[in-house]
Amino acid sequence: MDFLSDHQPELLPGKRQLPPVQGVIEAPHGTTIVAVAFPGGVVLAGDRRATMGNVIAQRDIEKVFPADEYSAVGIAGTAGLAVEMVKLFQLELEHFEKVEGAQLSLEGKANRLSTMIRSNLGMALQGLAVVPLFAGYDLDRGKGRIFSYDVTGGRSEEHGYASTGSGSIFARGAMKKLFRDDLTEDQATTLVVQALYDAADDDSATGGPDVARRIYPIVTVITEDGFRRLTDDESSAIARSVLERRLEQPDGPRAALL
Amino acid sequence: MSTPFYVSPQQAMADRAEYARKGIARGRSLVVLQFADGIVFVGENPSRALHKFSEIYDRIGFAAAGKYNEYENLRIGGVRYADLRGYTYDRDDVTARGLANVYAQTLGTIFSSAAEKPYEVELVVAEVGDTPDGDQIYRLPHDGSIVDEHGSVAVGGNAELISNYLDQRHQDGMTLAEALKLAVQALSRESNGTQREIPAERLEVAVLDRTRPQKRKFKRIVGPQLSRLLEQGGVGGVSKSDAEESEGSDDE
Repeated sequence: MDFLSDHQPELLPGKRQLPPVQGVIEAPHGTTIVAVAFPGGVVLAGDRRATMGNVIAQRDIEKVFPADEYSAVGIAGTAGLAVEMVKLFQLELEHFEKVEGAQLSLEGKANRLSTMIRSNLGMALQGLAVVPLFAGYDLDRGKGRIFSYDVTGGRSEEHGYASTGSGSIFARGAMKKLFRDDLTEDQATTLVVQALYDAADDDSATGGPDVARRIYPIVTVITEDGFRRLTDDESSAIARSVLERRLEQPDGPRAALL
Repeated sequence: MSTPFYVSPQQAMADRAEYARKGIARGRSLVVLQFADGIVFVGENPSRALHKFSEIYDRIGFAAAGKYNEYENLRIGGVRYADLRGYTYDRDDVTARGLANVYAQTLGTIFSSAAEKPYEVELVVAEVGDTPDGDQIYRLPHDGSIVDEHGSVAVGGNAELISNYLDQRHQDGMTLAEALKLAVQALSRESNGTQREIPAERLEVAVLDRTRPQKRKFKRIVGPQLSRLLEQGGVGGVSKSDAEESEGSDDE
């Protein structure tokens, strides 16, 4: 990134001069991303909808990307800018690894992403914000970790679970009631799909599982073995089993009162 | 006022070439071989941290003999070139041919510029294809020329001897263990015809493996995996009889 800004600054996101505009620029926005940590790793998942105002801009957008072998980033906010930011982030991690011969620490990666979001602040003030969620497996500590960001690049580590995007408040409520410390990997993947279902239930900009078009949430798992994206069959199986139960209980599983 | 001595351009170039060649010859040799599933890099390197081989991009690997600080400089330049290309256009648009051209330009410019000393390095840039036919290996000597190689290539101190040995014995479709065995045998030949032992911990081995599911095909082979492969190839046991056999064929 430093090399780019010296040599070809026009390639960097966030460095462009925008003409002064009235109101908000209309561009596709990505919506809800959720992450859940479990012993041995972390799960990062996102719905598939992009909206532009009241229009559904895209039904099958992909918003969760591997950053490198042991981390992934899920994006909410202006889709075009966010995808570009992720591309540059992936490049930086790979570049560092090749030049130095060692991977950045997970903290180092999280800090780098923070700087990139901060450089986008000008655009964010014009309504083109990018707010990602970063999750990875920390090889030094041997556990999955989650980092959330605000629009100014402020970084905070989340313990257990986190969400970002327009449906995040609903997803967070669902996760709060379902989360436990001793989740298995299968339970964690089910939990994120439940949370996304609840987000879609109450937020119009978040897409639920689309059975007719066979579009299901993207679910990724990062463990000691590295990054893995669940296949379409696996994620559709989880989404369908969640849907099946919701046909009987539309509000989903109930937590104990006391 | 003193007049500078006249040195003919031919003589100046020959001196520079000899200077570079001597520098390269001081370093240890390394070999790059094609095998059935990709390309393998094998070299003798006592250091665990300073690598002779490294990854440039998804399908492209880099090997260098000569002066460490000089080739490390070129390596980082190559990584930058490749990453910038891939980011500006697409990952598929980064090719070994393009990279080899950039290196050739750089080395050529430095070699012929009177202000700088020539680089004492010899590089190999290799790209693994989807099939063995798609594999590309380029050798870049110190003067900035490019040599398109097939099958096997050796650079460094005993390069000529080793590449003769390899040319006679390398076949298409070798397994990794076979290729590794051949490489180690080639590297352990001395210029006076004797054979010496290279222990596994002094070997640096890396592959560009086309069967790897990841986009990035470069992988270092270290520790237990390396010893297992060496055992499969039977480096220790067979080498003696093979050395005798090769003595005969060299005389022909």
